[in-house]
Amino acid sequence: MENGQPRSFKIRKIKEKVFLAATMLATLAAIVPLFSLLTYVVIKGISSINLDFFLHCPVPVGESGGGMANAMVGTFIIVSIGCLFSIPIGVLGGLWLAEWGKGKRGFYIRYAVDVMAGFPTIVFGIFAYMLFVLTMKRFSAIAGGFALALVMLPYITKTTEEMVRMVPRSLKESALALGLPEWKVMIFVVLRSAWSGIFTGIMLAVARAAGETAPLLFTAFNNMYWNFRLDQPMASMTVQIYNYAISPFEEWNNLAWAGSLTLVSIILFITLFVRKFSRRVTYG
Amino acid sequence: MNNVAIKYTNRGDRWFQAVAFLLAASIPVIFLTIFAMLLWQARESIFQFGFGFIFSSAWDPVKNQYGALPFIYGTLISSLIALVLAVPLGIGTAIFISELAPAWCKEWIATTVDLLAAIPSVVYGLWGVFVLGPIFGLSMLCAGVILAIMILPTICAVSREVMQAVPNSLRESARAMGATQWEMIKTAVLPTAASGIIGSIVLGLGRAIGETMAVTMVIGNRPSISLSIFDPGYSLSAVLANEFAEASSNLNFSVMVEIALILLVFAVIVNGLARLFIWKMVSQDHSR
Repeated sequence: MENGQPRSFKIRKIKEKVFLAATMLATLAAIVPLFSLLTYVVIKGISSINLDFFLHCPVPVGESGGGMANAMVGTFIIVSIGCLFSIPIGVLGGLWLAEWGKGKRGFYIRYAVDVMAGFPTIVFGIFAYMLFVLTMKRFSAIAGGFALALVMLPYITKTTEEMVRMVPRSLKESALALGLPEWKVMIFVVLRSAWSGIFTGIMLAVARAAGETAPLLFTAFNNMYWNFRLDQPMASMTVQIYNYAISPFEEWNNLAWAGSLTLVSIILFITLFVRKFSRRVTYG
Repeated sequence: MNNVAIKYTNRGDRWFQAVAFLLAASIPVIFLTIFAMLLWQARESIFQFGFGFIFSSAWDPVKNQYGALPFIYGTLISSLIALVLAVPLGIGTAIFISELAPAWCKEWIATTVDLLAAIPSVVYGLWGVFVLGPIFGLSMLCAGVILAIMILPTICAVSREVMQAVPNSLRESARAMGATQWEMIKTAVLPTAASGIIGSIVLGLGRAIGETMAVTMVIGNRPSISLSIFDPGYSLSAVLANEFAEASSNLNFSVMVEIALILLVFAVIVNGLARLFIWKMVSQDHSR
């Protein structure tokens, strides 16, 4: 059989094989860094993680021990402030884009959202610095939260728009036919039925915000101690990891790995959980 | 019939729509405010140095001499290295996932690659310092490699999506004409998805330009222009991360803000272009 085929056909077959192998190699090369990174984070992280790490604040150089307890709580608080700003704007803004944003106004807003999703996040930090730090004359958790809100906003807006678009027209129309005013239909029917998808988007935005360092560098800054006041500098996991990572002390570098392990676990958990959850929603 | 039926919208509806519109409109307003504030705070530096700022490589805060060229150079070179590495890998992976991979591992590989995008930048930086650093040295090359890893999921995810949007009839026609799988991809899939793939590359470039922490940690932070990619450099984002909060004078602060402005302009142009490419592609299949 093989012999009966023309030479050019064989060459084409070989080309196909080569190409297939090349894409497989590319895929392999794309995945290897993730495994290397995760291996390092897990191995290096586990060896320096202990209970103290979750219970104590950082200690000065020279003393051993010390942890990131305040930074974990700080990240939680700062991200929550971010949610407070970004969820109402993002969800209602996204709803407007999906329901009424067909014209020119919708086009411009959508374009702004898309471009803002690609802003260097450090620029948000600088913006928050000018708005809050320059006027309050000190670094504060609220400035950090605002900067993170700007990071999250485009994602929440975009997912909400997409999810609201997927709500069947018939559902909206039956609610309207029952005599409900439009605003009630929007809140109790449209947003309600799109909610699981919107929630997925919000959680992904939270995971992203929790991993951001650059917007916090000159807004929430850092803090070696416990702080619950929103108008004071507050520690965050990412900034703390950064400070530990660039320090010349090995013990601090190890703490950076431990912090990375904690942070990556939290973020990957949220991401994977939400992906699984949202898939069930879409196909179920 | 009076116009009760026509003016059925009640007050609640109008309020609700107005509030939703205001919130939606606040996004472009924030966008423009960021620009305006950066311009305003950068005015001192803009008036003092003019366009020369972009082309000068002097950097001596003590003597009040500032030029952004080393940073622009570092940003561009590290981003270009990232593209050279990430484009073939990203598109290769996208082709594999969308066209060739058997069903059982398709989802699995796609998730794994997407997870790369979820890892925080500072963790990439940490890994870069201790794993890539010893191999490449703290250099523009090292920054480029780590950027490549970071933008690969963007390129892969977007080009995968546009390839999957290519109608199956095109693939089937190519196969019916006797094309091999590779010829089908070359003649039917890639040309149809081209605009979106280019968009994904430009989007990846935008990510690379704006990326801060990982680059700051591995690029070496030396404000000089070197032709060798094995030498340390400095990027726009890195100089902001390191020196913005430490600005010693009003002029120094203003210079920092102008650097942020240059970075933002780069990012906006690149992202704006990417969106146009991708939209052109997407609007073909579900035009609203």
